[in-house]
Amino acid sequence: MQLLLGWLSYASFFLVFATIFAIITLGLNLQWGFTGLFNVGVAGFVAIGAYTSALLTTPKAADRLAGFGWPVVAGLAAATFVTGLAGLFVGAVALRLRRDYLAITTFGIAVAIQVVANNATPLTGGPFGVQFIPRPLQAWLGTGLVWTSAYLALALVSLGLVYLGLEKLVHSPWGRVLRAIREDEEAASSLGKRVFLFRLQSFVIGAMLMGLGGALYAHFLGFIAPEDFLPILTFQLWAMLIVGGAGNNRGAMVGTLVVWGFWTAAGGVMREWIPQQEQARAAALQVVLIGALIAATLVLRPRGLFGNFRNSRL
Amino acid sequence: MLQIAADGLIIGSVIALGAIGLSVTMSIVRFSNFSHGELLAWGAYLALMVASVLSAMHEDFATPIGPFSFGWGLIIATMVAAAMTAMLSLLLDTILFKKVRKYGSMTLVIASFGAALVLRNLLLFWQGGVPQYFSQNLQIAIPLLPRRVWGGLRFTPDQLLVLALTLATVSALHLFLRYSVLGRSMRASAINPALAQVTGIDPERILRATWLISGALAAVAGVFAGITVQLRPTMGVDLLLPLFAAVVLGGIGSVWGAVVGGLLIGLAESASVTLIGAQYRTAAAFIVLILILLVKPKGLFGERI
Repeated sequence: MQLLLGWLSYASFFLVFATIFAIITLGLNLQWGFTGLFNVGVAGFVAIGAYTSALLTTPKAADRLAGFGWPVVAGLAAATFVTGLAGLFVGAVALRLRRDYLAITTFGIAVAIQVVANNATPLTGGPFGVQFIPRPLQAWLGTGLVWTSAYLALALVSLGLVYLGLEKLVHSPWGRVLRAIREDEEAASSLGKRVFLFRLQSFVIGAMLMGLGGALYAHFLGFIAPEDFLPILTFQLWAMLIVGGAGNNRGAMVGTLVVWGFWTAAGGVMREWIPQQEQARAAALQVVLIGALIAATLVLRPRGLFGNFRNSRL
Repeated sequence: MLQIAADGLIIGSVIALGAIGLSVTMSIVRFSNFSHGELLAWGAYLALMVASVLSAMHEDFATPIGPFSFGWGLIIATMVAAAMTAMLSLLLDTILFKKVRKYGSMTLVIASFGAALVLRNLLLFWQGGVPQYFSQNLQIAIPLLPRRVWGGLRFTPDQLLVLALTLATVSALHLFLRYSVLGRSMRASAINPALAQVTGIDPERILRATWLISGALAAVAGVFAGITVQLRPTMGVDLLLPLFAAVVLGGIGSVWGAVVGGLLIGLAESASVTLIGAQYRTAAAFIVLILILLVKPKGLFGERI
């Protein structure tokens, strides 16, 4: 019984993270898979969402500027909105220019957010991050498996809504224009479609989903720190999308599960087999492994497990 | 005041050297290479490895030359490291970039992002996270101007050498691109690859030359960063944003643009240290990047090589 409970608790933790990552990956899939917009700063957008919700919902504290005690639902909504604004800013600057400028700009904003999170201590808590982020309904459900399962249900419902919404969007005329732009920008614009506006809309919606994912992450763990949002997070999310196959929402979700499972298993094997003093070095190897996985997928199976690009040119 | 500018020039010359290689790959191979920063880091660490092997063989290699903090060993090591990093750069192309090139430039960007993480973490695995130095010798800055003239001006001999060598390297590269047959073919391929191919220029050869040159330049930049600051496995990714900002500021494909861009970013970083504090220096490059994208996205010197 004890063993079963432990196992269930581990599984629900794993699934909550997988579900949150799936929401973010779906946002990335809208940007890259459906519109061909390359975002290298996913971790930055996730961080904006996580910090926004954390700062708004935490109780007031004497040593910090933020802490407004908002309800969690309001925090989630604000996180989605503020991250959308950040997406609007980046998109407005970079989307009119040549395509790699978006990559460079998103990389830049992720670096800048890392710098602010680490140094604007009165606001963000600096390297120690934000603690005591409220976990919804914990007063009633306690801290154990019941609460984790309830949170899993919340995350799954959010994921379901996001998935249904996105499916509706990408199969609407709006989604068809996005795919047209991805496949042939000039043809789309010669048909009178305003390419820049469509791209901007897609980029902003994608960013909003990343912010929502970040906020869900913050309220699940109860504390966040800048090191939760390093480039490695961006890379994991990209691996999930690439392995699942860009341009397919179901593929993106399966890819999330596969890569997160692979990552967790690799971490578990390392903890079991590698002596304590060597673990920092082994963690570096874990990243190398996942890097090799993404590169190998690109070389051997460029469409991923369930890729949906009509022609293989991305 | 003067000292801020001087510090900016030192940081800027490292950024400039790295940015040239990045700019040349961006205009000839035609994608934003996010693994370029890692070539700087690998170059620096390979030089450290060769230098320590040389010092172990004979102590004369480690004896400082004149006023500088390092010996002949590091100079030889830098050349060896430049050659090795050039090969590493070519190897990356052979096993990865060449294979995904047919899927378009954005796939190359993803691949380079993956390659960067692999390279950085291999370095972390190999060397550990503790910062290292080429030399334990402390250097005393020489006052070039006394304090009463605009706050004075001090340089260490190492810094002056880095400035001089950057200028020499850039001039040599400029002459190579302007006058040698290979350099002219590279410029032709950057402007119009199809036309260049029609005139008998082998595109694969141009790509190989581009990877080799940008790898070697990256190694030299990495060693200079190691001499003036320190060696860390994350030095590459920390420099990447300034490198990109310098390339965009100078205009993709322009060698002198990358140099001017690099120096300007260095000055902006150095000024931000005094104005808003050292911890926000990295954000300075981001602000310059946003400004240049808003005002003059083609950069100061347009898209030419």
